[in-house]
Amino acid sequence: MRSDRSSAPLGLKIAAGAGLAFLHVPILLIFLYAFTTEEKSYQFPPPGLTLQWFAVTWNRPDVWEALTLSVKVGTIATAIALVLGTLCAAAVSQTRFFGRETISLLVILPIALPGIITGIALRSAFSMADIPFSFWTIVLGHATFCVVVVYNNAVARFRRVSGSLIEASMDLGADGFQTFRHVILPNIGTALLAGGMLAFALSFDEVIVTTFTGGQQSTLPIWMLEELIRPRQRPVTNVVAMVVVLVTFLPILAAYYLTRDGDQIAGAGK
Amino acid sequence: MTAVLFQKVSRHFGSVRAVDEADLSIAEGEFFAMLGPSGSGKTTCLRLMAGFEQPTSGHIEIFGETAEGVPPYRRNVNTVFQDYALFPHLSILDNVAYGLMVKGVGREERRKAAEDALAMVKLPGYGVRKPGQLSGGQRQRVALARALVNRPKVLLLDEPLGALDLKLREQMQEELKTLQKSLGITFVFVTHDQGEALSMADRIAVFNDGKIQQLGTPEDVYNRPQTRFVADFVGSSNVLSAATLSKLGISAGAASLRPEAIQISTSWAEMLTLSGTVTACSFLGAVNRITVDCDGQRIVVSAPAAMPVPDQGANIALAFSRNDLHVMEQA
Repeated sequence: MRSDRSSAPLGLKIAAGAGLAFLHVPILLIFLYAFTTEEKSYQFPPPGLTLQWFAVTWNRPDVWEALTLSVKVGTIATAIALVLGTLCAAAVSQTRFFGRETISLLVILPIALPGIITGIALRSAFSMADIPFSFWTIVLGHATFCVVVVYNNAVARFRRVSGSLIEASMDLGADGFQTFRHVILPNIGTALLAGGMLAFALSFDEVIVTTFTGGQQSTLPIWMLEELIRPRQRPVTNVVAMVVVLVTFLPILAAYYLTRDGDQIAGAGK
Repeated sequence: MTAVLFQKVSRHFGSVRAVDEADLSIAEGEFFAMLGPSGSGKTTCLRLMAGFEQPTSGHIEIFGETAEGVPPYRRNVNTVFQDYALFPHLSILDNVAYGLMVKGVGREERRKAAEDALAMVKLPGYGVRKPGQLSGGQRQRVALARALVNRPKVLLLDEPLGALDLKLREQMQEELKTLQKSLGITFVFVTHDQGEALSMADRIAVFNDGKIQQLGTPEDVYNRPQTRFVADFVGSSNVLSAATLSKLGISAGAASLRPEAIQISTSWAEMLTLSGTVTACSFLGAVNRITVDCDGQRIVVSAPAAMPVPDQGANIALAFSRNDLHVMEQA
C-alpha cells in the first residue's frame, strides 16, 4: 500500500476527506443530539449538553420492550441460520451431487433480492398458509437472510478444510459426530462466529422485512421509525440510535478481525 | 493368516472402471506394494481397504472379517495420507494422540503413548509444535506416528514419499522397511515409483487400467514380466516381437529383454546375436544408454560407461544369453 511515489494531489485529498466526512459526520451528529437539552427540534448548535436522556431512556418501558424483542429475534434467527447455513455449506462444499451449483445460487439469492420483495413474498405466503403474524414470523423472515451470511462464511472456510482431514479423522476411529466436534468445528469455528455476528447485526437493524412479517410487535428499528413520526422526548431516539450502532458495529468489527485471523490459521497448515 | 483378501473386487465410478475384478491376498506381516501409473486403480484399492470406498461388486476380507459396509472408524486399519492430512489446529502431540483420544483413552496414558510414537519416528520433543512449523519430511513422520500409535493390524500408505526430495526419500525408504520389520505390522504401500516398489516390497501388484497385471516378488516382476505393460513399466524392458524372435530361432509372440543383459560385441560365440544401427546414445552416469535399430525393432542397451561409445549410425552387434530372454504370455 505504501508507495514511495510523490503523494496524491491536494484536490484528491480534499475530495477523499469530504467523501469520508459526508459518510460519517451525520452519524456523529446523531450522537451529539443524544446530549442536547432541546427536546422538540434539532437546532444547531445544541443550546446545552445534558446526560438526562440516558436516564429517561432507561425508564421508558417501550424502549425496553423493543430492545428485548430485537435481541430475541436476532438471537433465534441467528441460531436457526447457524444450524441451516452450516449444514448447507457442508453439503455444497464436501460432496458432489446433481444440482449442487443451483442450490448454492438459490441459497445466496435472498440477499441479492430487495428486502421489499422478500417481505411481500413472505407476507403473502404466510397469509395463504393462514399463519398469524407473530414473533415467529419475524424470526422466519430474518432467518432467510441470516442463513445466507452464515452460509457464505462457512462455505469459504469449508472449502479450505481439505477432505482428507475428515477422512483422516474417520480413519483414526472417530465417528461422524466426533469428527465434527474435534476436526470440523475447530476449523470452521471462527467463520461461524463471524457469520453469526454479522447475521445478528443484520437482523438487529432490519426494517423492511420486519414491517411485512411482523404483527403488532415493533423491533427496535421499527420503534425508532415510529418515534420520528410522532416526536416525544426526541433525544431518546438518539440515545437508542447510539445503542444500535454499538450493538451492530462491535460484532461486525469483531467478525472482521475473526475471519482475518482465521485466514492466517488456515494458511499456516498448508 | 491372510491380512487382506480381495475376491473379484470392482469399483466403478459411472462408466469408469477404477478397479476391475481385482483378486489379491496379502499375508500377515507382509510389505505389499501396489505399483502403477496414476489412474491405474491402485489408490482406489487402498481406499477400499481403508473403507473410504465401497466395492461395486466383489468381496473384501480384512483378517477374516467381511469388510463391505464397515465404516472406516470401525476398521483396525490406519492410513498415512499422501498430503499427510495433519490437523492444523492441533499440536503434534494431540495429532498423534487423536486416535486414542476418540477411543476414550485417559489423558496421561495417551500423552505417553504419543510421545513414545514420536520417539519411534525420531521426532522426540516435537509434541508442542503445530504442523505448520514442521518440514515436509517431519510431517510425514508425524503422520506415520499418528497411524502407528493405534497399533493397526494393517497400515496403508498412500504414496507417502511422493512429496519428499530424493535424498530424504531414500532415507525414509530404509526407515520404513526397518520399522515394518521391527513392528511386524502388515504394510500396504501405494506408489508409482517402480524403484521404490522393487527395493521395499516383499511382493508387488502391478496395476494398469484398474486391473492387476502381475502379482509377484520384485524379482519375478522385474525379471519375468508377464505382460508388455509390466515389461515396459517396471524397469523399461525391451519387448522383442515375434519376427525378431524367429530370427533367433525362438517361436513365441513376444519376449522381454533387460537392457543391462545385453552386451555390445563385434565377435560372438554362444550368445544370441542381433545386429543393428545405433540411433541414439545418452550418458546416464554409471551407464550409457544406447538405442539400436535392428530392422525396425528398437532395442535399448545399458552399456557400462567405461566401454567405448559407438558412433551414431554405426553398425554394431548385440549379444545376450538365451537365459535373459523371457517369453511372455501376452504379445
